[in-house]
Amino acid sequence: MEAAEAHRAEGSLTEHDLLSGRTSGERLQLTASGEWTADNAAVLDRLVTATAPAEGAVSKVDIDMRRVEKLDTYGAWLVERLIQGATEKGAQARLIGLPERFGVIVRTVHQNADELPPAPERTNLFIFALATIGRNMVEVGKSIALIAQMFGAVTMAFVRAVMHPTTFRWTSLVNQIDLVGWRAVPIILLITFLIGAILAQQGIFHFRRFGADIFVVDMVGILVLREVGVLIVCVMVAGRSGSAYTAELGSMKMREEIDALQIMGLDPVSILVLPRIIALIVAVPMLTFLGSMAAMYGGGLVAYLYGGISPEVFLQRLREAISVDHFIVGMVKAPFMALIIGIVACVEGLQVEGSAESLGMKTTSAVVKSIFLVMVLDGVFAMFFAAINL
Amino acid sequence: MLDFTSQHTTTSDVAIRVRDLVVQFRRQTVLKGLNLDVYKGEIIGFVGASGAGKSVLTRTIIGLVTPKSGSIQVFGRELTTADDDERQQIERRWGVLFQQGALFSSLNVLQNVQFPMREYLDLSQRLMDEVAIAKLRMVGLPADVGRKMPSELSGGMIKRVALARALALDPDIVFLDEPTSGLDPIGAGDFDSLIRTLQQTLGLTVFMVTHDLDSLHSVCDRIAVLADGKVIEAGPMSTMLASEHPWLKEYFRGKRARGVPGLVRGE
Repeated sequence: MEAAEAHRAEGSLTEHDLLSGRTSGERLQLTASGEWTADNAAVLDRLVTATAPAEGAVSKVDIDMRRVEKLDTYGAWLVERLIQGATEKGAQARLIGLPERFGVIVRTVHQNADELPPAPERTNLFIFALATIGRNMVEVGKSIALIAQMFGAVTMAFVRAVMHPTTFRWTSLVNQIDLVGWRAVPIILLITFLIGAILAQQGIFHFRRFGADIFVVDMVGILVLREVGVLIVCVMVAGRSGSAYTAELGSMKMREEIDALQIMGLDPVSILVLPRIIALIVAVPMLTFLGSMAAMYGGGLVAYLYGGISPEVFLQRLREAISVDHFIVGMVKAPFMALIIGIVACVEGLQVEGSAESLGMKTTSAVVKSIFLVMVLDGVFAMFFAAINL
Repeated sequence: MLDFTSQHTTTSDVAIRVRDLVVQFRRQTVLKGLNLDVYKGEIIGFVGASGAGKSVLTRTIIGLVTPKSGSIQVFGRELTTADDDERQQIERRWGVLFQQGALFSSLNVLQNVQFPMREYLDLSQRLMDEVAIAKLRMVGLPADVGRKMPSELSGGMIKRVALARALALDPDIVFLDEPTSGLDPIGAGDFDSLIRTLQQTLGLTVFMVTHDLDSLHSVCDRIAVLADGKVIEAGPMSTMLASEHPWLKEYFRGKRARGVPGLVRGE
């Protein structure tokens, strides 16, 4: 009983009012009073824990409930815990003078007392790490298979659309081109303009040290046409349109709209995926062209304002530095990258399960995967063009 | 205008008092001067045609919709003019069971039930676990459901977990939005008796929007009928059956009602 006594000594008046006790021989007499409710539960929790008698210290515990004014499930549970604690220590516990109106709740809580099932055991950290790596490798394999499968399904849908052009969703295609192409123009122009300007500024800054300012034109021209234009556009499109595809298809999946299409005998790939992917294949090269032009304009503007290279000189140098090959190298890549972005986004969208969390995760992974694959594809193209001397 | 509010006793018996409530969405007026009293310790069932504004009324009382005019008093405190602190004190005293359960999908069942406790009470993890388990058991779920995620639960279990969460802080009022919709008749019947048992055990006031004639018949002390943006009738089932209002006649004495024992007399 020392613990409770000690608690009484240091406890505030209200704590004392809620639960107090004294020992007389073998008997521990506890007096509960006041409001045993959720609001006092934190204090009561401490009091009840402190009041638990030591092993074999007492043989009887009487809990006087007459002065309890309010009791809810929290209070009833703590009374239950008090009794359980005493019983475990080999004492006989009983409630005295429990007001009739609290009888139901005390009985209900007593009947529903249960242990929390133990948390699933943590495995060894090393094994856990290995298992995670293994699981992720399997996931990578699965997602490659899914992309291949979607590629096949889209090809089939495309063949069917070519054979029966009337079944193709032209309206949807036009709508998607509007969304992913036309409406993306302002932001693409702005971003590529800025990138071009930054490239030129960096180039001038470093080339000036050995008096080779003019080579900034070569650098901007080649870099923008071959790599930067198409990559920036693809990153933007993956973030802007790829994520939208995943979210759209994902929420349609969640609301069983995809299932509804299927049972009506319609192919979701033909109706939802194909128009979206073709829209990207049409839009991305156009955006790449516009983006490259904007980047060169930005580069030229900075070269003029910052490096004193006049527009005439810039254009003259550009004509010498670049050929149509550079332009073709950039443009050829665009539709393939569009295809990758579209397929990854649609695969992820159709993988969404019931919860909002899964929709978010799949959208994130669509963007990350498609940007990653765009970069990989760019590397493959670089090797290919080097091999054919382009 | 009919007044169903003054016939009853003093203010202290009233849990929720709604007066002249007007709710408008753009040009459409959904509630047109609605009056309603909900008495302490009763289960009131709220019925009305789809689109009549039952959900709007519930959402207005719990503060998700701002009314254009009118007054809402909960335990004598005016909600429409209450500041944040006052609101929070009142919100602490009610629990809401949303139609789809609205469990947080990123938390497991136990964490869902403990969520309000974490926000409002400063309790030890042990006590929160113990009380949450007791609540789950009280709504008829085994303790091991606690570790599951909402996506692993069936519709009926989601409703029960959502009810456990609504009851987490031992509220005085519980709002139930179509608690038995989407449950099979056996599950719905169990849920009805669960609500009745909990109401008696915890002394709850229950505000229930429902279309389930069985629920209305078996658990509701009173029924309020919403039509044309007002409460057109309120009272026990006998009042509903005696009413000559055409919509009420159709609702309580129509084809669907025939299967409900005790609802239609003299057949």
